[in-house]
Amino acid sequence: MAEKDVILEFLASKSAVKSKFYFKDFSDLFPEKGPREVKKVLTQLVKDEVLEFWSSGSTTMYGLKGAGKQSHTEGED
Amino acid sequence: MAKHATPMLDELEKGPWPSFVSDIKQEAAHRAANPNGLDYQIPAEAPEDLLGVLELSYEEKETHWKHGGIVGVFGYGGGVIGRYCDQPEKFPGVAHFHTVRVAQPAGKYYSTKFLRDLCDLWDLRGSGITNMHGSTGDIVLLGTQTPQLEELFYELTHKMNVDLGGSGSNLRTPAACLGQSRCEYACYNTQDMCYQLTMDYQDELHRPAFPYKFKFKFDGCPNGCVCAMARSDFAVVGTWKDDIKIDQEQVKAYAAGELKPNAGAHAGRDWGKFDLQAEVVDRCPGHCMKWDGAKLSIDTKHCVRCMHCINTMPRALHIGDERGASILVGAKAPVVDGAQMGSLLIPFIDCSAPYDDVKEVIEKIWDWWMEEGKNRERVGETMKRLSFQKLLEVTDTEAAPYHIVQPRTNPYIFFKEEEVPGGWERDIKQFRERHQR
Ligand code: SF4
Ligand code: SF4
Repeated sequence: MAEKDVILEFLASKSAVKSKFYFKDFSDLFPEKGPREVKKVLTQLVKDEVLEFWSSGSTTMYGLKGAGKQSHTEGED
Repeated sequence: MAKHATPMLDELEKGPWPSFVSDIKQEAAHRAANPNGLDYQIPAEAPEDLLGVLELSYEEKETHWKHGGIVGVFGYGGGVIGRYCDQPEKFPGVAHFHTVRVAQPAGKYYSTKFLRDLCDLWDLRGSGITNMHGSTGDIVLLGTQTPQLEELFYELTHKMNVDLGGSGSNLRTPAACLGQSRCEYACYNTQDMCYQLTMDYQDELHRPAFPYKFKFKFDGCPNGCVCAMARSDFAVVGTWKDDIKIDQEQVKAYAAGELKPNAGAHAGRDWGKFDLQAEVVDRCPGHCMKWDGAKLSIDTKHCVRCMHCINTMPRALHIGDERGASILVGAKAPVVDGAQMGSLLIPFIDCSAPYDDVKEVIEKIWDWWMEEGKNRERVGETMKRLSFQKLLEVTDTEAAPYHIVQPRTNPYIFFKEEEVPGGWERDIKQFRERHQR
């Protein structure tokens, strides 16, 4: 399966519980690849407007474009 | 008449210091008057509502801000931080109030034209309120709405030749002291290194893939004007290897009171006559200075480059000629773990452009931390969790006595067999010739 599809399948499988993911969640999907390679795939997905960044200000996560809510209140996920 | 009564905030205008409350009120009045007839792109009452929501937070001792979001400019994973107010009906002017970080120029040199253009842009497309500068060093533009972001970004990058800064799990906007542009203590070109590394690491700055934030800071000497060793994951602090240069005639002039110590900086009070022995020699942390009344000498191998003697007598003493920098890793403020200062990794590194030696160390640390770091773990925490020794290993740094921070609780660096000349194996027959059973 292409890397892109592995990522999309992962996101689909989690869509009921979570909409945002750390970079590490994706790099764990590809144990044989280094973080830089995984980053390239994610960057391309952002460029293709499939994924988008979500940031709390201090950390950044990735999610499917348009999924999940925007803002975050301390202590509530 | 102010839109909201703010009796508690008004108290903050009474002290002797400049008051952010007065500043925001001034901006509120300016926006209400609109002397330049601007077509404000976000509500004119944003500053008023900012004061209102802050007063409410003071009353209730609770914040009314929500943070985070997918606001940003296309392709960038940082530079904009979403802020929303959870009382939007009461404070519509700040219902959406995103922060924009803009990379400050190295050494924070501005032309007045740049500052005027920035303020004009921000009056039109934001609240008009800025923070010069945020803790990391960026120009912080406080409060705008999502539709303004791409417009702002275009103007900043195309017309003002400046980029967004870092936020989130990114390389944060690097910061440097003003270094060789004004300061005779600078041991390398901090501004150039800062600029060069910012350009070289654009991908890390704008496309987050780190476990958490990562900061570089560049101090030209151990005086640490940007406090690199306390405030950055990767601190480059200028230093030198050879002797401090001494002009004995000038030393005598200080001793005789002809030159003012510290260039007259502590002249506000009468400290009595300058006492070279008590104020310089006895305060040297390396205990390596001698003054016999005619000649000052320094035993270089015990000098810890603290800068005290040079700061006190700048006309007489000068940094050495063999210049470079030390690298300290892992400083951070408390979040997952407590606050910590940087640990000395490399005592001396060449700092000539294009900075390949420094970049090599940086990239080795990133490769390791990106693999091993947990989510929201700063490199200083990864280093503590997996040991400083591991950091030495991944950066190909040989262990040395200065790497041992706490000799009493952490007395050993464990060597690997291949690091020890001759290895572990011994010839028992040869051993027995020298040792009886
Ligand atoms: S850190 Fe050192 S070199 Fe840089 S401005 Fe301060 S005193 Fe000068
Ligand atoms: S720099 Fe500091 S340690 Fe070195 S000689 Fe001067 S006072 Fe002593």
